[in-house]
Amino acid sequence: MIAAATGFSQTKIEYAAVVPMLVIFGVAMLGVVIEAFVPRRLRYVVQVAVTLLGLLAAFLTLIFSARDHKAVTAGGSVVIDGPALMFQGTVLVLSFLAVLVMAERFDTPSIDAFTQSGASVPGSPMETNAVRLGATSTEVFPLVLFAVGGMMLFPAAGDLLTVFIALEVLSLPLYILTGLARRRRLLSQEASMKYFLLGAFSSAFFLFGAALVFGYAGSLNFGTIAAAVSAGSGRDGILIPGIFLVAVGLLFKIGAVPFHSWTPDAYQGAPTPVAGFMAACTKVAAFGAFLRVFYVAFPGMKWNWQPIVVVVAILTMVVGAVLSVTQTDIKRLLAYSSITQAGFILVGVVALDRQAVSGTIVYVITYGFATIAAFALVAMVRSGGNEATHLSQWAGLGKTSPVVAALMALMMIAFAGIPLTSLFTAKYAIFSAAVGHGGTWLALIGVIFSAVAAFVYVRVIVLMYFSEPTGDTVVLTPSALTGIAVTVAAVLTVALGVFPTPLLDMAHNYSQFMR
Amino acid sequence: MTSSFPWLTVLGLIPLVTAVVVFALPTGVAGRAARPVALVGSVATLVVGIAMWTQYKGGTTKQQFQFVETHEWIRQFGVSYQVGIDGLALALILMSLVLVPVSLLAAWRDVPADGTRRMQNYFALMLVLETFMVGVFSATDVFLFYVFFEAMLIPVYFLIGSYGGARRQYAAVKFLLFSLLGGFVMLIAVIALYNYGPGGHQGFLLSNLTGLHLGTWPGRWLFLGFFFAFAVKAPMWPVHTWLPDAASEGRPATAVLLVGVLDKVGTFGMIRFCLQMFPEASKWATPVIIVLALISIIYGALVAIGQTDMMRLIAYTSVSHFGFIVLGIFAMTTTSQAGSDLYMVNHGFTTAALFLFGGFLVARGRSRDIRDYGGWQRVTPMLAGVFLIAGLSALSLPGMNSFISEFLVMVGTFQRYKVAGGVAALGVILAALYVLLLYKNVFTGPAPLADESGDGGHGEHGGGDGRAGELVPAGGGSVATQAGDDDGSHASVHGDSGTRSEQGANEDHASAGHTAPCGRVLAVPDLDLRERVVAGVLVAIIVALGFYPKPVLDVLRPATNVTMNLVHMHDPAPSVPTSQVNSK
Repeated sequence: MIAAATGFSQTKIEYAAVVPMLVIFGVAMLGVVIEAFVPRRLRYVVQVAVTLLGLLAAFLTLIFSARDHKAVTAGGSVVIDGPALMFQGTVLVLSFLAVLVMAERFDTPSIDAFTQSGASVPGSPMETNAVRLGATSTEVFPLVLFAVGGMMLFPAAGDLLTVFIALEVLSLPLYILTGLARRRRLLSQEASMKYFLLGAFSSAFFLFGAALVFGYAGSLNFGTIAAAVSAGSGRDGILIPGIFLVAVGLLFKIGAVPFHSWTPDAYQGAPTPVAGFMAACTKVAAFGAFLRVFYVAFPGMKWNWQPIVVVVAILTMVVGAVLSVTQTDIKRLLAYSSITQAGFILVGVVALDRQAVSGTIVYVITYGFATIAAFALVAMVRSGGNEATHLSQWAGLGKTSPVVAALMALMMIAFAGIPLTSLFTAKYAIFSAAVGHGGTWLALIGVIFSAVAAFVYVRVIVLMYFSEPTGDTVVLTPSALTGIAVTVAAVLTVALGVFPTPLLDMAHNYSQFMR
Repeated sequence: MTSSFPWLTVLGLIPLVTAVVVFALPTGVAGRAARPVALVGSVATLVVGIAMWTQYKGGTTKQQFQFVETHEWIRQFGVSYQVGIDGLALALILMSLVLVPVSLLAAWRDVPADGTRRMQNYFALMLVLETFMVGVFSATDVFLFYVFFEAMLIPVYFLIGSYGGARRQYAAVKFLLFSLLGGFVMLIAVIALYNYGPGGHQGFLLSNLTGLHLGTWPGRWLFLGFFFAFAVKAPMWPVHTWLPDAASEGRPATAVLLVGVLDKVGTFGMIRFCLQMFPEASKWATPVIIVLALISIIYGALVAIGQTDMMRLIAYTSVSHFGFIVLGIFAMTTTSQAGSDLYMVNHGFTTAALFLFGGFLVARGRSRDIRDYGGWQRVTPMLAGVFLIAGLSALSLPGMNSFISEFLVMVGTFQRYKVAGGVAALGVILAALYVLLLYKNVFTGPAPLADESGDGGHGEHGGGDGRAGELVPAGGGSVATQAGDDDGSHASVHGDSGTRSEQGANEDHASAGHTAPCGRVLAVPDLDLRERVVAGVLVAIIVALGFYPKPVLDVLRPATNVTMNLVHMHDPAPSVPTSQVNSK
């Protein structure tokens, strides 16, 4: 209205701050063009190279350009501040590793994890024909880049509408990626459908919540909402439901109980590297967005939302830990593990201060590395041509393939939060944030369920090391792609446990939200 | 003031480097080289440890800790790498450094050099454990202590789980989960303690955390957080149940390192952290803890008497002995404190002797079931002799090392808590029962007979069934309980053979007063040279400390006095000068 009175003025965009996102979206579109014009036999190499270079370029622009141009830009709808940079950088680095794992071909002609004909009915002549013609599935790379773009926008969004757009941009490619598994395609498509339906449902909740908040504050901008909340207008009757519905949408992406039920199905059905990508990167982006929405827009309503987050955190830890005990599929086990870990992070989030922000950053980074490596290792263990995801098929792996077993054991020890691994550092950071703000009892519940979760991780080690090999489980020899990804993740998992100081410094320096 | 040479870091690094070397040996060479390299590394550590002892200034210095090294580690959390030792830590480190090479030697043939990496990994894991032992006893930064405290679990977990007996999976997981739960609860206390402390970049140093004024309830909650972890570790009734499984399913050498050294971290932690940092809360909790300690003493001893599995029996004796140690710590008199400190050292050697000699026996008899033995004194007289000495040390016979410490604990306790002292004395009587019954059932009676009939009719006694069965003097076959699910590859303690059943039947006949059936006497070799070295070292230490404990007491006395000052406790009015340690 004001704009109408004074005439149209173009929104100023601080390009130096948003250039990493522009690079990603640009390369993603380039990927679509490559898919259309580059000959089939070259597509794989070109796509992989372009995607990795794109991620690298985005990361470099993030460091050399965006870092020095923190700004509230695009009319307040994008905020590039410390936490945004940190979450964006994390997404880029983790995606780089995830793309390496996804590009793994082992000795198949196409990318191993993905079907060659995603649109066909499983077992149909169309599928057979696509395989016979040597169809590739290189469209996964632009899809991943679009998802990465959404994940970068998600924690940098400055108003609820941008949050919603980012949510959709990151979700839609993930729905497709989930359905592209080469093996057990029906399960994969079912997972995709489930994920899509539930995701669409939760998006609707979010949108409705955003509308209610708009009705209260007269704006979708976080700063304006925060001002309206602290001014107080007495219309809490629409604000509080609005906050809760917004929370539902975000907690769904986090995978918190009771909005977690898609997680095990989606992780189990999705191509294994995609599951790793989802578990690691989606969590980064979703916690980034959650922190910004609740720390920037709604801190004035903390008495209302903190108890809810506390309850959700407890439920998430309890359900995640207890149900993971009963899992027999390694991918579902890792899915429930991701739920439990999300619960631990929520314990810290309740604290509502900078320490919680830096703790969350540290946690999602360390968890991301470990989880991408864990899924990459799962993808290597095969039985009868399929991935050997049943736990019993992992028995005796320590004897038959000591390196894979040792790396998996390292990840399990890290997930269990044993000192000298990165996730212990993270757990310490997040729980000390909670203890520092009267959440000692919550942290105590957290550690008790850490012990329950530890049982699950320990069980995997027991199977690998203390049981005799059975069946025809073999471990494929990976190419350098997976090799690099897993090595980097393993080295960081140990290094960030022994010398976490640089990471902690960085997380602390980039933990101040710009309002 | 303090020596500039980083004694403790070097002491921790030698075993670690040796472990890496042992681990990295190519499999072709490892079969011959891994064990000698490991042994040389651990002996070198011991030599350096003794050299450090000569540099240690006993009693003259005002500082609580010596050989202090401080480096910044995780600035943001306020964590420093600070190590330093007082007398108690020195004594426990030296004890560990002796026990490791002894255990390595005893474990020489535990894992066959079969061309795989199993054997060298076994020795590498034990050496890694030695590094953590040095670290955990010398850490003077609470966070650093916690890191060692938890990291120690992983090598033990693999030692039990990969190399143990039939039920090793169960035992390993149970051990790890109990310890992790205790550790995680302590983690919360560690975090909270930092928040109550001065904070900053060195907020976890013990020197910054002792003598805080925490307020009544915060101090008590923190105390409980720490104490829970240490009680699990120690292990005290009722959180002791992981110990018998872990100790009996692990190899004897593992059991020695676990019970002899790692469990000491529990009682060590009670003194260093519970008493010294939370004196008020410690006094508040004393009545309950003393009751728990007394239950541990009596319960551990009674259950030990009822065991049929030799290794479980020895494990339960440790529950009883740890009860004494905890009792002495919380009785809070100078005498009882000194007794407990000394007891920790003595118990390490005594229990090591019991486990290792028991292991020698099991390696010959191929069973952990006491009922499968009898009359072995006649075939293995030397083993019987050293076993008896170890047993007598466990029952605190005067002249043995444990006598002095147990006596000090009881006298010290009696000064303040008459009833508790009286109840604890019952434990001494029960100790005589479980030790002498064990010796009688295993070593006395007619000589065991070799298997001639190939009698396979008798089932195996329930050595591995995990339940504390009664020792029923019945016919060998009538108490045939199911053994654990033996997978056949680690059958050294569980492999089924008719010999054992025959012996078992024979022993039972003998105890029922029958004459033994005629037959060829079982031919078992007595201790070989390697085993004689192990036995000789342990017996020598047991007897030496029994007659001349002064060097150890001298090292311990300043530590005891510091503890007493920090808890602001003085001995009860009519101070009974029963021993030299009472003179301040």
